[in-house]
Amino acid sequence: MTSDAEFGSSLGPLGTEGGRRELLQSIVALARSVFGAKACSIMRFDVASDELVFEAVAGEGEGTLVGKRIPSRTGVAGWSLASGEPIAIGDVTHDPRFARDVAEETGYVPRKLAVYPLHHDERTLGVLNVLDQGSSAQVGLADMAVLGHFATHAATALAAVEAMRRVQELRAQGGGEASALARVARALDAVEGKRRAAALELLEALETLLAPRS
Amino acid sequence: MGNDTQAEELPAWSVDRAHIMREPLQAPWPVVDARAWAWSGSTGAGVRVCIVDSGVDPRHPMVGAVQGAVAVVRSDDGELTVVEDEERDLFGHGTACAGIVRKLAPDCEIHSVRVLGGDLTGGGAVLVRGLRWAIEQRFEVINLSLSTTRSNVAQELRELADLAYFGGSALVASAHNMPVESYPWHFSGVVSVGSHEGDDPYEYYANPHPPVEFVAPGVDLELAWLDGSTIRATGNSFATPHMAGIAALVLAKHPGMRPFELIAALRAAGRNVSTAA
Repeated sequence: MTSDAEFGSSLGPLGTEGGRRELLQSIVALARSVFGAKACSIMRFDVASDELVFEAVAGEGEGTLVGKRIPSRTGVAGWSLASGEPIAIGDVTHDPRFARDVAEETGYVPRKLAVYPLHHDERTLGVLNVLDQGSSAQVGLADMAVLGHFATHAATALAAVEAMRRVQELRAQGGGEASALARVARALDAVEGKRRAAALELLEALETLLAPRS
Repeated sequence: MGNDTQAEELPAWSVDRAHIMREPLQAPWPVVDARAWAWSGSTGAGVRVCIVDSGVDPRHPMVGAVQGAVAVVRSDDGELTVVEDEERDLFGHGTACAGIVRKLAPDCEIHSVRVLGGDLTGGGAVLVRGLRWAIEQRFEVINLSLSTTRSNVAQELRELADLAYFGGSALVASAHNMPVESYPWHFSGVVSVGSHEGDDPYEYYANPHPPVEFVAPGVDLELAWLDGSTIRATGNSFATPHMAGIAALVLAKHPGMRPFELIAALRAAGRNVSTAA
């Protein structure tokens, strides 16, 4: 059996926590740059603890916020998560609860805030926050459209990050299921033609068998 | 369906006013000035508008009296039930929507069905339960500035949209701001709404390219919020109550109008359609 490090390496860039952080960080750094924002962050919804967790932060709070948690139903981010809808607010300091919550939890209170839910495969995985974007007074329709694409991109990345973490957690739990799946995937890669078609058919049947009943 | 194909197939619904095409009526409308005929002089009196959202704060001066407020809760046995709501609004969003409706239709009744906030985490089933209750009450207008991406409730939402349509409730729903598949806004019979960046609350357009049928102000609006405060915010969520408010005006002036008649009147009175615009 390979070591954890070898196994992680075999999964590619997302096989290590450093690689995963790098992917998410690149997205918030790019979004911050495109929108000329003071800060941009990705928060993941931790279903088990019912919290939002900062996964990546560019700009204000970059060195301190990653890993910080807030209740999932807090403020504008909580609304976006619960409703699945984006929202852009021009002056959040007028929202008494928002200003208090954010000041207490993050030490930084923005004036403008745009929050986008991260949808993937019918789930809302978290939110993308853009704080104090650019010099214009408002987030316009064009900004909203671009932010929507960033959120789609971030959601796909976060889904991939979560999947990789689950694979490694399964392996760490000693079940060996992940290793077995990896061996099957490698074996599948090595076959062609009728044998490959038959194997894919078998896997499809297995997937149907294991699918949750609706 | 995953996200990989959605970005290509589904637009985010907002429209630049400068690019909205003039949309002539294909058949003569029986009145010359459709906007004046539709709601001139109306204040929304006698029409009940239901806000299905995060609750409504009746203490906010931009909202005023709320004639009824309920919440969807999960009982001990796991069933979703509807009870009187004491929480008012825990996010501000429902209050913002109610404030817009009140601005356009000052004398309408406002009712609230809370499906978000507190112990509610949203989700398709809660939305379905709250919407079903609102339709059963036969509110003349139901404002739904929400949608769900859960395909497992799509069919039920489609049936509810039909129930509303045939039962005489105008269901006014936000198009999603993002390129994702969501429900129920794009079902036929639902008055679906996207945003434009204008600030005249009565300025709306009939979209020549459905499923979004109308675009109304949704950018940088001053809105009622929590604890009596106001904020400036952007989103299709806030365009939707503009159309709900105008629907209330039309229904107050033309009591008994059916949803299909209302939709036709709204279209005829759109800024890019009405001959008097």
